[in-house]
Amino acid sequence: MAEEKERKGDGKHKYSIIVPTYNERLNIALIVYLIFKHLRDVDFEIIVVDDGSPDGTQEIVKQLQHLYGEDRILLRARAKKLGLGTAYIHGLKHATGDFVVIMDADLSHHPKYLPSFIKKQLETNASIVTGTRYVKGGGVHGWNLMRKLTSRGANVLAQTLLWPGVSDLTGSFRLYKKSVLEDVISSCVSKGYVFQMEMIVRATRKGYHIEEVPITFVDRVFGTSKLGGSEIVEYLKGLVYLLLTT
Amino acid sequence: MKHIVKILSLLLAVSAFWIGLLQAAIIPPGYNTWLLPIYFVVSLGCYGLLMVGLGLMQFPTCPQEALLLQHDIAEAKDFFKHKGVDVGSD
Repeated sequence: MAEEKERKGDGKHKYSIIVPTYNERLNIALIVYLIFKHLRDVDFEIIVVDDGSPDGTQEIVKQLQHLYGEDRILLRARAKKLGLGTAYIHGLKHATGDFVVIMDADLSHHPKYLPSFIKKQLETNASIVTGTRYVKGGGVHGWNLMRKLTSRGANVLAQTLLWPGVSDLTGSFRLYKKSVLEDVISSCVSKGYVFQMEMIVRATRKGYHIEEVPITFVDRVFGTSKLGGSEIVEYLKGLVYLLLTT
Repeated sequence: MKHIVKILSLLLAVSAFWIGLLQAAIIPPGYNTWLLPIYFVVSLGCYGLLMVGLGLMQFPTCPQEALLLQHDIAEAKDFFKHKGVDVGSD
């Protein structure tokens, strides 16, 4: 009991970090290492929601559990690829913290920003702290001109139509108060990155206090993030959907 | 109130104001009816393009972050090697 209290940093808060994975054998280990490195005096748990990865991701997670403790790393796997939204809901069910962080497992979200999320939330008592790549102090690496153009165009369109209250709509590096995440997620139905947009727009509409912190985003070095015509159509459909239903 | 309702009400209010001005003959009739609305739409489009262009020019990049990330990856791999966790390689 004494060690529990000693480990807790600021005033008894616990952070549940949900990381959905699919074939992230190497990255999950790196992410875990970096989270432990940057959150030394914080009470947290990492919830890995793996969708039946064939590359041995779950075996690595079990080894990490031996190393760091099963109370710090939770493996809550699913049988097959079932989508991001349901992965968060699944992870939420096992979260014992009063705050929940969602982040990607592919190292585009760097755990070194976790302390700034936590600090921002404690300073402002915000319900949601979202990472933004598009402000000074933030940034993106690995995007060519075309990709930047589409991103910027998409952002301007979304800002004009939706007045979302955040500068980075499609970002998925966020800290939520657990009750807020539970409330917002229950009313979202979209898939993929439109889901991330829907979450933040619905949160804005419900009047939740949202703060932003700058983050840097290093896109996957291996494999290209595809942004073809179908993604653009998907995005526009998502915008119209959000315009009409939020 | 749904967002779309907010936007439509705003458009309605502006249109009503514009029609009111026309009716009260404050603005001379004729082709002027459509002039200002068209100017408004075009300037909105130009403003949008300007924002896209400006944003593109000022797009924050962080090439040094890729380097830092490589260092972090090497550090982590080293740590795991010493702990006997086989992380394999990409």
